[in-house]
Amino acid sequence: MTESSATKLLNGDACHRTLHGKNASKNGYVKNHCLFQQSQKYRRAREKRQNATTNPSLYQKPFVESFEETPLLVAVLTYMGYGILTLFGYLRDFLRHWNIEKCHVAREREQQKDFVPLYQDFENFYTRNLYMRIRDNWNRPICSVPGAKMDVVERVTHNYNWTFEHTGTVVKDVINMGSYNYLGFAENTGACADAAVEVTHAYGAGVGSTRCEMGNLDVHEELELLIARFLGVESSMAFGMGFATNSMNIPALTGKGCLILSDELNHASLVLGARLSGSTIRVFKHNNMQSLEKLLRDAIVHGQPRTHRPWKKILIVVEGIYSMEGSIVRLPEIVALKKRYKAYLYLDEAHSIGALGPQGRGVVNYFGLDPKDVDIMMGTFTKSFGAAGGYIGGRKELIDYLRCHSHSAVYATSMSPPVAQQIITSMKIIMGEDGTSLGADRLRQLSENTNYFRRKLLDMGFIIYGNDDSPVVPLMLYMPAKIGAFGREMLKRNIGTVVVGFPATPIIESRARFCVSAAHTKEMMKQILLKFLKRKSSYKLRNMRIDLNQLLLKG
Amino acid sequence: METAPAYHLILEGILILWIIRLLFSKTYKLPETYKLTEKEKEDLIEEWQPEPLVPPVSKEHPAITYDVVTGPPSHKIIINGKECVNFASFNFLGLLDNERVKEKALASLKKYGVGTCGPRGFYGTFDVHLELESRLAAFMKTEEAIIYSYGFATIASAIPAYSKRGDIIFVDEAACFSIQKGLQASRSFIKYFKHNDMEDLERLLKEQELEDQKNPRKARVTRKFIVVEGLYMNTSDVCPLPDLVKLKYKYKVRIFLEESLSFGVLGEHGKGVTEHFGVNMDDIDLISANMENAVASIGGFCCGRSFVIDHQRLSGQGYCFSASLPPMLAAAAIEALNIMEEDPDIFTVLRKKCEHVYSALQGIPSLKVVGVSFAPALHLQLERGSGSRVTDLQRLRSVVDYCLDRNVALTVARYLEKEERFLPPPRLQA
Repeated sequence: MTESSATKLLNGDACHRTLHGKNASKNGYVKNHCLFQQSQKYRRAREKRQNATTNPSLYQKPFVESFEETPLLVAVLTYMGYGILTLFGYLRDFLRHWNIEKCHVAREREQQKDFVPLYQDFENFYTRNLYMRIRDNWNRPICSVPGAKMDVVERVTHNYNWTFEHTGTVVKDVINMGSYNYLGFAENTGACADAAVEVTHAYGAGVGSTRCEMGNLDVHEELELLIARFLGVESSMAFGMGFATNSMNIPALTGKGCLILSDELNHASLVLGARLSGSTIRVFKHNNMQSLEKLLRDAIVHGQPRTHRPWKKILIVVEGIYSMEGSIVRLPEIVALKKRYKAYLYLDEAHSIGALGPQGRGVVNYFGLDPKDVDIMMGTFTKSFGAAGGYIGGRKELIDYLRCHSHSAVYATSMSPPVAQQIITSMKIIMGEDGTSLGADRLRQLSENTNYFRRKLLDMGFIIYGNDDSPVVPLMLYMPAKIGAFGREMLKRNIGTVVVGFPATPIIESRARFCVSAAHTKEMMKQILLKFLKRKSSYKLRNMRIDLNQLLLKG
Repeated sequence: METAPAYHLILEGILILWIIRLLFSKTYKLPETYKLTEKEKEDLIEEWQPEPLVPPVSKEHPAITYDVVTGPPSHKIIINGKECVNFASFNFLGLLDNERVKEKALASLKKYGVGTCGPRGFYGTFDVHLELESRLAAFMKTEEAIIYSYGFATIASAIPAYSKRGDIIFVDEAACFSIQKGLQASRSFIKYFKHNDMEDLERLLKEQELEDQKNPRKARVTRKFIVVEGLYMNTSDVCPLPDLVKLKYKYKVRIFLEESLSFGVLGEHGKGVTEHFGVNMDDIDLISANMENAVASIGGFCCGRSFVIDHQRLSGQGYCFSASLPPMLAAAAIEALNIMEEDPDIFTVLRKKCEHVYSALQGIPSLKVVGVSFAPALHLQLERGSGSRVTDLQRLRSVVDYCLDRNVALTVARYLEKEERFLPPPRLQA
């Protein structure tokens, strides 16, 4: 490529920024509203640079994502709320220290009082004073299948969430908007459950050995061939835990002298794997291609820090759907960048496999790209397949190397046989190989549910983050008091929701997160939306005045 | 006003001009000396060639093809089509194909399905998990227990939850790989002491005490831990726990005990190495074990006082950010615990068999047995190594094949050569 194309590249960057007008905000998010026209302009500029693109256009359908800015009044009120809570926290700590207030915190043993304290006081300040107040919104025990409706075990607390007791009653038929059950395979009847029962009879529940010693069952071999076919790659390998798949395989692939470019909002397992590998890590802004391109160019041109030796490898680590934002990765642009700069791409499809794409094959299928363009496709079976574990798919050389050098294959027990069978059966249903159209029906139902739910929430005036097609729907709450109130009130109305606050999200951006499932019926969703309406005005969660009853009737 | 002499004025004028020049001249910034042009940048980008993503693996690498097991991996195992007596799985109590355990797992499957579809914090906590945690705590006579969904991740998440940058951990050299990963993730100072050598450990502790006296402010916030295993995976012998407890109180360090191989094996009731030595459970800060060996399920747990364990519910990475254990495996573990509690004789039976096998394996020419007599997992090592790891491994593999032909299944112990800190010599595992 000549100098003129390089300047066009830079000009293209500049064009893009001025077009949008809104720059990245102070906490690093790129808040832009990509409409069809703008992305088209971006596309054309790119095509001039890339003389050879196999795809005629980078995006086949409009890529609409929105992350509205926090309104100023709300931000101020949220900070004030946290400030008041902190002050009260200090006051309570003081009272506890002087024994004016009864202390429920567990204490160190008498014999070990002169040891160095196990926890620093300030580490647990947040846990003691803020988290404890609303602790009942998390770790809610259930006693049924985590399907569209579940039974929640009732808990009461007599000392403001320090301890819980089970009353013995069970709240039945709570609508489940919190479990990752995108295709509704969390069920105890049906083809999957029957197959798992048979396998338990035949093989037992445990395995007792590692993959490369005595733990490689024929079920595992069958599973790996099936995954490779499902994804459209040459070969694949399955592991017992999704978290461990990332944290044990990234160190096997990169080491010292390599560079990892990871997205700002990557999951803890990816961050841990990158740290354990010993490579240099650089973070680019969330889903921001200019930031990534700048990092790539700087890395190749300047080499390793201080010595300026060239990097051995560059690995870009991204996720398919980001579970806290609901955004989908801009895969066509990343693949174009990767080819241009000869980097490798690691795609973590924990939430997107089975949930996106017309055939359910994940984000690659959604964008209509070639699976061979992604070097390492990783995913988990916990979300859409109703099982547990993770997989990695890619070229045969890659998988052969992982078989010999992955930490998990050598030291960790292999997957349990009924779990493997559940994955096999559910994958066959999704692919349609079991002879029914159940898979295709569920995929269609999921995308319909997603669109309906998002559209209605937006019409009602809530602030929703994320891409229009992603089944993960974060609804912004912002203020700390609303987190607790929303979770509890929804449970009283028999809807189980998930609320998230600091430190999983930035401090002023607490949210409630809904996971739409193919198992939800339209009636259930209408029920939920009605209940939102009734409580919404008392929480002042919406920002526009609209005639609400008419909206629902239209629906 | 006095007129100043001429040379004063001239000198001051020169000084003023010099100051003005300095003010307006460009500051000398080091990076600017080699600013690259766009063309040079493009050339560099064009020229750069990365290494291949993975180096090619030779076809003779021993781990490239796995032996395929058809049928249940219990006492008799069908490996590559041949039925053998299984001496290679960690099925110590024989509970892998126990009918009661299977029945309970099936009942749980019919009630809950297979997966949990969520981490513990978001509707992934089932009543089975809570029951298993309370049963484990009751069995080990501690206050609280916490369950992980993967055995490897248990100790690898527990260590970084307590020990951060700046803390000090004393570890035995023969620690297993999951402990090493936990240590690496914690970013603390790691000090290795020779395997089971209490004098070496005491020497290190004394050195640390001297350092502390030099800098008492720092010592007041530096936490110190000792991490040991009950029954070491790599050498099959037991750690000297009473001596360790004495050192704990003398030097004020906390003990983390990893009991993957000794839980359900050592001790009269299978409670592990604390029962074996008669040490009080409260003296150990954290006991961690995985349920994949004696308990014949999947997953792991940590138990100890609530003060210690409760912290992991928010800061254990493998607990907070990962899906919970499938309920059918938790139910299988509960039933295995039931069997262990009802019938403590199985531990005596296991011990007798271990002693029997140990004595039977003595005296094999050119193979020596590594391990204590009551350890259920033994290592057979070559008496005289040939000096090259690859040839040793090949000889051991031929021994394994010989045994397979005679319907006995053994396995070569696998290690990741480049990753292990202290690489054990090649050996067989039985």
